[in-house]
Amino acid sequence: MTIDLKTVKHISKLSRISVDDEKANKLAGDLNSIFSFIEKLNELNTENVEPLTSIAETTLRFREDEIKSENIREKILKNSPENNEDFFVVPKVVE
Amino acid sequence: MSSITELSLNEIVSNIKSKKFSSTEVTKAFIERSEKSKKLNAYVTENFSSAIDCAKKFDEKPNYELKLPGIPIAVKDLFCTNGIKTTAGSKILNNFIPAYESTVTQNIWQQGGILLGKLNCDEFAMGSSNETSFFGNVHNPIGENLVPGGSSGGSSAALAANLTPVTIGTDTGGSIRQPASFTGTVGLKPTYGSCSRYGIVAFASSLDQAGPMTKNVKDCAILLEVISSFDKKDSTSIDFKRNNYSSELTNNIKGKKIGIPKEYRVDGMPQEIENLWKKGIEFIKDCGAEIIDISLPHTNYALPTYYIVAPAEASSNLARYDGVKYGFRSAGENLIDMYEKTRSEGFGEEVKRRIMIGTYVLSSGYYDAYYLKAQKVRQLIKKDFDDAYKIVDAILTPSTPSSAFKIGEKSDDPVSMYLNDIFTVPVNLAGLPGISIPAGLDKNGYPLGLQIIGKPFDEQTILNIAYSMEEKINFKNNISDWWI
Repeated sequence: MTIDLKTVKHISKLSRISVDDEKANKLAGDLNSIFSFIEKLNELNTENVEPLTSIAETTLRFREDEIKSENIREKILKNSPENNEDFFVVPKVVE
Repeated sequence: MSSITELSLNEIVSNIKSKKFSSTEVTKAFIERSEKSKKLNAYVTENFSSAIDCAKKFDEKPNYELKLPGIPIAVKDLFCTNGIKTTAGSKILNNFIPAYESTVTQNIWQQGGILLGKLNCDEFAMGSSNETSFFGNVHNPIGENLVPGGSSGGSSAALAANLTPVTIGTDTGGSIRQPASFTGTVGLKPTYGSCSRYGIVAFASSLDQAGPMTKNVKDCAILLEVISSFDKKDSTSIDFKRNNYSSELTNNIKGKKIGIPKEYRVDGMPQEIENLWKKGIEFIKDCGAEIIDISLPHTNYALPTYYIVAPAEASSNLARYDGVKYGFRSAGENLIDMYEKTRSEGFGEEVKRRIMIGTYVLSSGYYDAYYLKAQKVRQLIKKDFDDAYKIVDAILTPSTPSSAFKIGEKSDDPVSMYLNDIFTVPVNLAGLPGISIPAGLDKNGYPLGLQIIGKPFDEQTILNIAYSMEEKINFKNNISDWWI
């Protein structure tokens, strides 16, 4: 299997990472060498194997639905690249 | 007497308890040495003046019951520290100040530890050489222009250079054990679920574990005791009875059965590592333990499995970095354009590569062929270990297929970089505890490590084996302070 430029562009779209043509070419090369390494898994017949989804064999715990949060609104907003008083600011999305 | 910074954690704690040292003296000693060691580039953020304040406060009202009484400790910059910048080695978090504390670091401060600073690491812990950090390469104290391993490379370098008495790292595919091996120090990855992941910048959630990095095995047991705890804030934290690892530490491993997996003899592995492994086997026999040849037949499939599972989880975890609520933002023409530019400029090349691998293997039409397949093979890898542990108590392997390499030597070839983790990755996939201890030097004088892998939740046994081997090996690091 080979990953072509079109596929790289598609993945970059899905990943929300913009790549120019030069980078995309380099990435195609990298991804192809990584995937040819990964292809090794096809040597194994895994038809009757259960997938391992969690290594910690525990059932998820329930907890009370209660408000525990401290008042850290200011601290949280301070980390945002752009905000006004109580809101995060993003580029305009509604015309 | 040797200077304070050369002492082990255990020795410093004894000296503080007997009032021979004050916390302020100890803290100043490590700060002074850290100040002289900027060339190593081990720190991303220094917390020196506030550390001295904390030390003075401790000395005014000392509590000697604590396990880390007034001990200054620098930690990997992947642990969120309340009010102190936490970058994960990335431009995208370059200005991020957490409003909360990770459970693991909280446990350290509760036992009297004092934050000395935040240590460099590969970006989002993705790397084996610390070369993917936005904050630049870290030099291995063993030699200039030599990588300290990764991703906990700032941690291993700071520890080996005596800039901190102990430190903590995180290990997703070998990120504690490989740098420990490269710097002649001890590093332990606990069983998945032992140490809380709360407040650790996430990479691959089913693999990530925090763990101690120390100068010797005793210190490792002390620090593990402090950081391992059940935590309701981490849904995968496991409530099991934790040992008093340091007080239960013993060099009596008579009758223990230690497995030697034949699959860990890989092509191209230097003869020196093979010899070291043999030496380790002899040491274990001398201690009265029994050596048993075992097979872990799916070992060769561990790395390809890892390079599906880890990027898949990473692509999902790192979706949160969108330039809206925190971190770096690049201006865009519209919202989508802003996302794409932010992530393109904010992430480094290796992180982008892994996000894209992950996105691809999870994408429609490829999920079954890659992600599901990898989860199935992961089951087989775990079963290999389950079967082995019906016969043996622990497994002995080399930690890495080579000693530390030069900066730049492998950075252009992702697959050759990935091969570094060939002996450590299976342990993460199976959720097991593993420890790397320094076992000898190669012909260049670079350290080499041996890894002991344990049964789930049986950190005590691997610590005991490591402790008894440490006595026999009597390892001495060859560090010349070339950077001072």
